[in-house]
Amino acid sequence: MEIAIVGSGCARCKQTAEVVRKAVEQAGVDATICKVEDIREIMKFRVLTTPAVAIDGEVKISGRVPTVEEITSLLTP
Amino acid sequence: MLTLPPGKQLTSALEFFLYEAPKVLMLLILVVFAVGVVRSFFTAERTRRILSGKREIVGNGMAALLGTVTPFCSCSAVPLFLGFVTSGIPLGVTFSFLISAPMVNEVALVLLVGLFGWKIAAIYFGTGLAIAIASGWAIGRLGMEKYVEEWVFANADGEGCARSEEQDITWEKRLRLGLDAVRDIVGKVWPYLLAGIAIGAGIHGYVPENFMASIMGSGAWWSVPLAVVLGIPMYSNAAGIIPVVQALLEKGVALGTALAFMMSVIGLSLPEMIILRKVLKTRLIATFAGVVGTGILIVGFLFNLVM
Repeated sequence: MEIAIVGSGCARCKQTAEVVRKAVEQAGVDATICKVEDIREIMKFRVLTTPAVAIDGEVKISGRVPTVEEITSLLTP
Repeated sequence: MLTLPPGKQLTSALEFFLYEAPKVLMLLILVVFAVGVVRSFFTAERTRRILSGKREIVGNGMAALLGTVTPFCSCSAVPLFLGFVTSGIPLGVTFSFLISAPMVNEVALVLLVGLFGWKIAAIYFGTGLAIAIASGWAIGRLGMEKYVEEWVFANADGEGCARSEEQDITWEKRLRLGLDAVRDIVGKVWPYLLAGIAIGAGIHGYVPENFMASIMGSGAWWSVPLAVVLGIPMYSNAAGIIPVVQALLEKGVALGTALAFMMSVIGLSLPEMIILRKVLKTRLIATFAGVVGTGILIVGFLFNLVM
């Protein structure tokens, strides 16, 4: 599983990355987390608002910092 | 300072602080919560759908109005800008949105209603929208599309598979978004708010009446451009600046000058321009600052003239 944190490195993006890291740890799933900070790469995800979280290329959250529980529930279907 | 004995100055400042701070803070929490819930109906994706296919003028008006309710933070300015222009929304309409979103926001309105009363809040709201509409329209007319970085349009292929995560959103979730907004926004602005009210209280207690009238009163024509130029590099949010301006107004600063200063601080921010430089050429950014600055100047002069 690949989780992308999409956003140009603002404070809220860093918070989001932290939330996702915790969620992956809690869920105990095997996932790689990558940060997408380049604006041209961000646009490939077609998001209008950042921070966004995409799991395996699909945007799940955009424009806000999610909670750990929210991400955990996305990770464990 | 001349009439009050030293003890009274402190009492006056303290009274001002203790009366204003809780009142404004309570109002802020209530309104931010309400706006947070309202905003769950206006995602950026929906705003884009509404705006695409709108002509100029009507489009500018709708963009300015939607800018006040669509969730927006300056770190989203670039993806939003790109998402709008690549899906065919005219450049000028996009700018109307980008101008109104930071300038006419709920935090500014709460503080204006709480500290200045609803009349001045309404004036700020109305003129802020007017500036966003007129500036966006002017930028559209100037045909500045060639000053957008080339790569932006190079792989523009419309809305594509853009999807909004929140389509069937429950009321429970909307209320939670309201609480999130309170935690997020109030959590961030309260230190600025208290600092602003404290400075305002200091001015209220210690600066003599009409002290500012000679330098920033309506008689000094140059005070409006000075207020705008000073305001651009000042990166403060509405919460910090409005209480200070309110106190200055009491001491003789003209209303137009005060409005111009607030709009310039809140609406024209240097960091946002630097962020936008990634997608816009310097000439377009300068035009944007120039057109909006001119709009703010007109508002400032107009109110100094009629008030």
